[in-house]
Order: sequence, then structure tokens, then C-alpha cells
Amino acid sequence: MSTIATNAADIAINVEGLSKSFSGREVVHDLSMQVKRGTIYGFLGPNGSGKTTTIRMLCGLLTPDSGEGTCLGYDIRRDADKIKRQVGYMTQRFSLYQDLSVRENLEFVARLYGLPDARAAARDMIDRIGLKGREAQLAGELSGGWKQRLALGACTLPNPQLLLLDEPTAGVDPKARRDFWNEIHALAAEGLTVLVSTHYMDEAERCHEIAYIAYGHLLAHGTVDEVIAKSALSTYTVTGDDINTLSAELLGKPGIDMVAPFGTSLHVSGRDQSALEAAIAPYRDNENWHWQHSEPSLEDVFIDLMGRSRDNFQ
Amino acid sequence: MSATDVYRQNHDVAEPRFGFWRRSYAMLVKEFIQLRRDRVSFAMIVMIPVMQLLLFGYAINTTPRNLPTAVLLQEDSDLARSILKALENTSYFRFTREVHDVAEFDDLLKSGKVLFGVEIPRGFERAVRRGDHPALLVAADATDPVAAGSALSALGTVVQTALEHDLFIGDPPSLPFEIRAHARYNPAASSRLNIVPGLVGTILTMTMLIFTALSVTREVERGTMESLLSMPIKPIEVMFGKIIPYVLVGFVQATLIVGIGVLLFGVPILGSLLTLALLSTLFITTNLSIGYTFSTIVQNQLQAMQLSMMFFLPSILLSGFMFPFMGMPVWAQYIGEGLPLTHYIRIVRAIMLKGATIQNLQYDTIALIALMLLAMTIAVTRFRRTLD
Repeated sequence: MSTIATNAADIAINVEGLSKSFSGREVVHDLSMQVKRGTIYGFLGPNGSGKTTTIRMLCGLLTPDSGEGTCLGYDIRRDADKIKRQVGYMTQRFSLYQDLSVRENLEFVARLYGLPDARAAARDMIDRIGLKGREAQLAGELSGGWKQRLALGACTLPNPQLLLLDEPTAGVDPKARRDFWNEIHALAAEGLTVLVSTHYMDEAERCHEIAYIAYGHLLAHGTVDEVIAKSALSTYTVTGDDINTLSAELLGKPGIDMVAPFGTSLHVSGRDQSALEAAIAPYRDNENWHWQHSEPSLEDVFIDLMGRSRDNFQ
Repeated sequence: MSATDVYRQNHDVAEPRFGFWRRSYAMLVKEFIQLRRDRVSFAMIVMIPVMQLLLFGYAINTTPRNLPTAVLLQEDSDLARSILKALENTSYFRFTREVHDVAEFDDLLKSGKVLFGVEIPRGFERAVRRGDHPALLVAADATDPVAAGSALSALGTVVQTALEHDLFIGDPPSLPFEIRAHARYNPAASSRLNIVPGLVGTILTMTMLIFTALSVTREVERGTMESLLSMPIKPIEVMFGKIIPYVLVGFVQATLIVGIGVLLFGVPILGSLLTLALLSTLFITTNLSIGYTFSTIVQNQLQAMQLSMMFFLPSILLSGFMFPFMGMPVWAQYIGEGLPLTHYIRIVRAIMLKGATIQNLQYDTIALIALMLLAMTIAVTRFRRTLD
């Protein structure tokens, strides 16, 4: 295990300037990122932002048009075979064999990676992912949550150094999601590096570090607090009666970049604090509403980033 | 009309007028759009019928001429040369080999390199002059009764006419020698003896091709390819893993067909069963490799089926299974040589009906191996290791 290039001892992923186009449309543009070993790195962004393409370039499934980098110390262009031995990739769409049973799928993976005792490895993994009693069931007949556990089990089976999880919790119920994240944290605690793409803000907050990508551009990265701090977004939370009316009135006013309802409250944000305050001044005296300066949520920041990138890149 | 009425009219849940036709039309429009998007299928709609019609229309000939013939000339006399000339003038025979002993003569017939052999015995001319009425032997490979039939039936009269012009035969208008035609391997000219071994190959081609032609596209369409490619497996390993199980399946199938052929249709196996098994396995593997190659070329399962059909039809028509191979024009024979079924049909007929050994079948064996390796090489290089 110690044969892995030592010069990249604490960096699992280090890529620079990755670009990829499909039939003339640039899906990933000049993307650079570093992921430290042993961290859970969240990869966020709207649909079609290039997350899946980036992940596929990292594990050798796609060849970048330009850019270079290493994954676990191996060159992503030349050493795809070596990377594949050390990386577990969980695809967005369930991609194990639906017509094979749970055990048969796991044994297949174990044999492909040449594990000495495929049967034992599969049996241990079935215990670990809690699929005992279902090992003879066909993978295609499992429910969404179980499929996802099986897929995670399959990609952790060969003891990878790095896990690439592409929207692993899409369409999975909250309990299963929580269990899944507990498992991810347990794996990271064992030293595994995890790159996980997601749409869920609560999942982003469970990551050690996050990166936000939209229209193929990496727009922000760092810890959740850093990303929020760097956003320079000012936000007021409004509570009170009839906030729908207020929302309609505020929308589109100069200085106000975003109005978003959160249950019974309203988040009103602007990139320029003084312009924002000027815009809301007429409403602050109204007794119906209670105004409070607050931190923007991660979601506010992302939606703002997305809005800005749409202006810039589209 | 009130707003509600307008709304009702546009959102009526009751059965609309001509509902059947509207829905059928909607479906029809959708199908046409999808068909237009699938360029390859679209091309095949035009290509398959035109190509195949031209191909087979020109290639197939059920009364073949210019059939390769070996000559065993035991004496070099004027009469002998005149007879050969006369035979050639019938346009049924084309002398491609001259042999010097009977063993070589038999070998050529057995391996299928010639369809006929003409033997002019020593002292033939003298015997004719003496009025001994000697025999001229014409041996025919009658495994395919169609190919040999017309030439054999024409033999007596045609040779006589040709010789009348040429030589001293005037009165009496009968040949001073006897033409002894010998239909070897299938003396009763039973077409069953010819068809059943050919069917072994044809059935195997059809089933084997389909098994593997769908294998890679199925992984792509079900999404399992993405997972597979992210794991450390090489194209050649995927190929072997996908082909080998079907070699066993094919072997069982071949045993079944040959078994039925022998038990129900009374087709003999004169040659070695082991050789037959060995070369059948080679043929099965060749077809599986070709099917697998198709699956690395096409984009979906429909295209895989179409390509298999496009390969299967010439295999039936140009391999010598349905129509005499030697009767086809040379260009069609070249195409035939590129089809595994052509070689296997020669092999299986030769082993079952003629008792041929692997030495007799070297050429066809090597051809099958070459086709197999070619298909495998294309498959391995065509296999996409990335999703690019």
C-alpha cells in the first residue's frame, strides 16, 4: 500500500485546468481542484453543471480535452488502469447487474479485483451493509435505499483509497440517507477519501470541504463557513404576516438580488449591503414584519452563485 | 362562449372525436421521428434489400459450369488429349490440376479442392484401337447433388458430339470407349445427405452470432458498462469472459444437431468424431468472435440484430449451403471465402460424408482460425475503454 507516490502523500486528487467538450458544447471548463486525503469533499452544483463529467475524468472513464493532474498520485491520462484499482466509483444510475443476486454482484466485483477469497469478501460486505437475509435477492428487485447500499458496498469492496460517489442519495428516503452518511463518515475515519456529488444542502454541510460548480466552472470551494464568508452576501430574515405579498413587492427591486421563502420566513439577500438596506428601508417600519440581519444559508449562497454564473457564462 | 367553456373544450376528459386515429397518428409521428434519428437503421432499410438483391441475383447459379477438375493422365496420347479437350468444351469442366497417382487424385476430391476427377488409364489409346472398349473414369464429388448432377448427366452425349467433330469417330456413331461415371460419397444423390451437415453450420451461425452480438450493447443499454469500465478489466478479458460460456452452449447445440442428423436422417459420420468436434468448436468460436465484434461496432441492440441478419443471409446463400459454391462467379466466391460458414460446410461435409482427415482440411481450418483472429483483433481494438 505504501507504493503510492509519496510526493502526493496528503493530496488524493490534484487536477489543473481540466476541460471537456461534447459535440462542441463545453461541459467542464478549466477546472482545478485539490482534495486532501481522508476528507469528505462535497461536489455541488445544478443539473448539467459538469459534476458527473468531472468525476468520470478523475477515474479514467473520460479523457479530458485539456488539463492534467493526478489521482492518488497517478496521472489521470496515463495511469487510468492503476487508478481504477484504487478507486471505487458509484455511478449516478444503479449500474450493477439487475439480474444477478446481491451476493453474485459482490462476488463478481471481488473476482474482478482479484481478491483472494471472493466468497468471504462478499459475505463480509453483506454483513457490513446490513443486507444479510437478502443476499439471494436479485439486485433489480431491491428498493432504492437497498440498491444504494449495495452499490456502496460494491465500490468499497476492493478496499479503495478513494471513493467517487455521484449523487448517491438521489431518490433515497431520509432515514436511509442518514445511515448512508454515517457510513461515509465511518469510512473517512478509516482514512478513505470521499468525493461526493449532491444536491442536498444538509449533505453539503456534512462534508469537510465543498466545491460549487455551475456551467462547467468551479465557482467556490473551501469549508462551508469559508464559502459563506467569501460570498459577501447580506441577508435579512423576515417573519410576519402575509410574507407572500412582501416577497412579490421586493422581487426585482434594485439592490435585492434574491428573495426566497423558507417556511414561514423570507430570506432577502443582496450582494451590496448598503444597496440592500436602502431597498428594504421602506418596509422595515411596517409592524407586520419583523426584520433580522442573519447569515446567508448555504443555499442562498449557491443560488446567488448560480444566478451570477448564468449572467457570466451563458 | 364563456371562459369555462373554452377551458372545458381544451381540457375535455371525454373521448375526443376520431380518438382512435388521433392516438394512432401520435404514435406514428413519434415512431417516424425515432426512425429518422437512428441513422444506421435508416441506412439499412435501403441498403439491405438493394445490396442483397444485387448480390444474390448475380451470384446464384444452380447449373454451375467450369467446375474444377483434376486429371490423372496415365498416358500421353492424341486420343487422351482430344478427350480432355472435348470434356473442357462441354464447359462443365475446367482442368485445374494434373495429378500423377491415385492417392493424390483421391485427396483432392476429399478435400473439396476439385469436384471432378478424370482418369485416363495406361494403354487407353491402344485398347480403343483394338476395339476393347476400355473405360474412362470420371469421378464426381456428389456430396452436393446439384453441383455434380448436370455435368454428370450431360457427360455421355456431350463428349460424343464433341469427339465426332474432332476425331476418327464417324460410323458407327458410338463411342469406342466407355465413360464410367462414379458419383462418390453420395451415390444415391440424396439431397438430405448434403443438407443435414450444412444445416449444422447454418444453425450454429445463426444462434452463435446472436448470443454475442447483443452482449456489449446490452451492457451499454442497461448502464452496467459504466460500472464495468470503472473497474480494472481489460477489453480482451471482457471478450473472453463473454465468449467462452457460449462455446460450451454451442458445443451442446452442435452435438444435438449432429446427433439428430445421424439418428433421424441417417447421415453417416465417416471421418473422425474427434476431428469433427474439434473443428466444430473452432467454427463456434469464430462465429462468437464475429458476433462479439458486431456488438462492439453497433450502438444499440436493434442495430446488432440488423447487422447479424446482414451477415447471416450471405452466409446461407454464398457459402455453398443452398447453392453450389463452384457455380458462383469468381467475385462471389471471394466473398464466400470470407464467410466462416463456407469453410465449415466444406469441413463438415468432408468429415461426415467423405471421411476426410484434418490433413485434407488444412486450408479451411487455417481460414477459420484466420477469420477468428481477425474478428477478435477488431473487437479488442474497437472496444471503447472510456465513455468518450
